Amino acid sequence: MATAKLVGIGLVAGAFGALFGVGGGIVIVPLLVFLCAFDQRRASATSLGAILITAVAGAATYGLHGEVKPGAAAIVGLPAVAGVLIGTSVQQRVPLRALTYGFAIVLAAVGVRLLV
Amino acid sequence: MTIVLVGLLGLAAGVLAGLFGVGGGIVFVPALIFGLGLSQLHAEATSLLAILPTAIVGSWRQHRYGNIDLRAALTVGLASIIGVQAGVAAAESLPESQLRRLFGVLLLITSAQIAWRARRES
Repeated sequence: MATAKLVGIGLVAGAFGALFGVGGGIVIVPLLVFLCAFDQRRASATSLGAILITAVAGAATYGLHGEVKPGAAAIVGLPAVAGVLIGTSVQQRVPLRALTYGFAIVLAAVGVRLLV
Repeated sequence: MTIVLVGLLGLAAGVLAGLFGVGGGIVFVPALIFGLGLSQLHAEATSLLAILPTAIVGSWRQHRYGNIDLRAALTVGLASIIGVQAGVAAAESLPESQLRRLFGVLLLITSAQIAWRARRES
């Protein structure tokens, strides 16, 4: 039963992640919390592990169709590793609230830009 | 010059991902579109490759902290391979403009989710 739920989550997350070019954490984390009673931290960490497989599968499938630009992926993907290390290390030390709203507004603005 | 800028955007995307617990993809896709001029479809496809390095480093760290349920991660991940085929087929069959609007909606939803979480935690 638990396995069936996890398989269901994977099917949805895979379709979502590939359709949008994201890992699918935005789907996996809440589903693990609500359907499988994971706590937030365990859900986020487990989602990251699953995304590893989703991203490989997505990149490989798109890649076979010639739609992946490896050079461009390296230009954003490699510096991002350093970024994540910086982000997680300062996360505990800075007051995030104002910053979080700022980020939400920027994302919304880009979203609107893509919509119109 | 553009390459340096986009690289900095990648760095910033990583910082944001680490700070706010969102995936890099949500920032990578717009960065690839506006920074390098990729189409929506190519940006999404490329983003999946671009998130791999951060996902590898992140998973490795979380695994060391003992936070990953490996069996669950493997089950979700392997099942996702089937879902991925459907997602790729859908993305490839949608017109570019529609795929772009759908992604715009995803950004708005993510933005609302981040703001809601910040409000709840404060």
